[in-house]
Amino acid sequence: MSAVMMTRKVRKWEKLPGKNTFCCDGRVMMARQKGVFYLTLFLIVGTCSLFFAFECPYLAIHLSPAIPVFAILLFFFVMAMLLRTSFSDPGVLPRALPEEATFIEMEIEATNGNVPAGQRPPPRIRNVQINGQIVKLKYCYTCKIFRPPRASHCSICDNCVDRFDHHCPWVGNCVGKRNYRYFYLFTLSLSLLTIYIFTFNIVHVVMRSVNSGFVKTLQDTPGTVLEVLVCFFTLWSVVGLTGFHTYLISLNQTTNEDIKGSWSGKNRVQNPYSHKNIINNCCEVLCGPAYPSVLDRRGLMRDDLSVPTSAAEPATNSNPVPQTTKTTAPLIPNEHTPDDAKPSMADAAIAHAEKRSPSPREDKLPTLPKSSPTPTKVPPLASPETDAEASIIAKDKAL
Amino acid sequence: MATEFHNLQELRHSASLANKVFLQRDYSDGTTCRFQTKFPSELESRIERPLFEDTVKRLNTYYAEAEKMGGQSYLEGCLACATAYLIFLCMETRYEKVLKKIGRYIQEQNEKIYAPRGLLITDPIERGMRVIEISIYEDRGSSGSCSGSSSTSGSSAR
Repeated sequence: MSAVMMTRKVRKWEKLPGKNTFCCDGRVMMARQKGVFYLTLFLIVGTCSLFFAFECPYLAIHLSPAIPVFAILLFFFVMAMLLRTSFSDPGVLPRALPEEATFIEMEIEATNGNVPAGQRPPPRIRNVQINGQIVKLKYCYTCKIFRPPRASHCSICDNCVDRFDHHCPWVGNCVGKRNYRYFYLFTLSLSLLTIYIFTFNIVHVVMRSVNSGFVKTLQDTPGTVLEVLVCFFTLWSVVGLTGFHTYLISLNQTTNEDIKGSWSGKNRVQNPYSHKNIINNCCEVLCGPAYPSVLDRRGLMRDDLSVPTSAAEPATNSNPVPQTTKTTAPLIPNEHTPDDAKPSMADAAIAHAEKRSPSPREDKLPTLPKSSPTPTKVPPLASPETDAEASIIAKDKAL
Repeated sequence: MATEFHNLQELRHSASLANKVFLQRDYSDGTTCRFQTKFPSELESRIERPLFEDTVKRLNTYYAEAEKMGGQSYLEGCLACATAYLIFLCMETRYEKVLKKIGRYIQEQNEKIYAPRGLLITDPIERGMRVIEISIYEDRGSSGSCSGSSSTSGSSAR
């Protein structure tokens, strides 16, 4: 078999599993569906442009030049917060590498003991005690980790996110530990901007109407009508959302926990993460340390691919191609494991079924036959759990 | 990271990877980053318990320092908010500074204590801050003492 082994350097973001899109060579990270995000951008930029075009010249002369200045500052702040929320890593937890996954499997096996054939094994749960409260850590079949407390798997982005709040289509990204404060500041500043524009629209119409009459005012500044409409509908939703998140922050809860009713107080269950003090809770969420991303998106790694020099033959594999596709996540058939930065230590083969032709790795035997034991142990009903709890449907609350 | 690879290359010449141990997170204090100091049985023959516990405790103090909610972190947060977080484009956050310190500490520990004993600690940030991965190497020349040889113990347990 004549094949040429080529090693090239790629950025790690190109090999990250999950359904994110990356831009600017890994600097920007978003969800796949961005349509609603573009709508958000359009609405904000469009409405503010109309405001600057129609209202600001009149108000600057007749009231104060500080009005447009403040509007510009507020607009820039809103855009900065929106872009920060949308483009940053929400706190994605990288998936377990094969050795870690096997280690965890062994621990689970040791805890569960022998399960008689034909019986469903018990669900994979680890109990930890946090501030005197027992919290259950669930096992994520896609990421092959026990999720840290407050983490959840987002089915839209196909990632486990730390301190998962919710997936917001308006910002085109998940809201998690790293970008929650930007999201909150975005909703807060957008509420202020909406109220500001709405108020000054009314002021402007009133002032102009005194001089020229109501109908003529509307004819002179047609943009006002549009702005008032947009602001009116935005006000109700965004201000309500800001109020809701202020409530959550004061209790140190996430949207996910609130919807599931995790700390609703029944069975004497209380939120173990709350400081029991509103100021402390707010300070922790809004002024806490800026957590770094644990996804090294722009790091370099080697990507070995073989270029077959003989035309007809596909690259020979010492590892069967399906090795990565038959993992314990039947819902995600094209999942592939990320390449290890130190291939000498990696014992698992790397086949990128999605993007590249499979690469033969002569020195890597399938030492982790994770295919053989795990499908028999994974109960078919257990996997949908990861998706069901990530979607924001209040099934648990109804129970 | 580059230096770690260098250590690894040296180890690779004369040693082969035998096993990996993963130290899990300790969540008893909440979601702050702490690792369990429980001494794994696989390391019993390789390193003295006080040395190991010292390393893990030191790492825990570093992480606690990074995540500490105090005057400095509030000031940093408020200042950053006032500049619409644009200041983060040019300034390094306190957490990042501590992470660099941790990286240097792990490298130093590897060189001085762990590599001579055929062990290697991986910086937790490379594993998503979920685990501290300790790789156990065996001398290629030695026979019989390898546990599971070059494969992780996954296949041998099955």
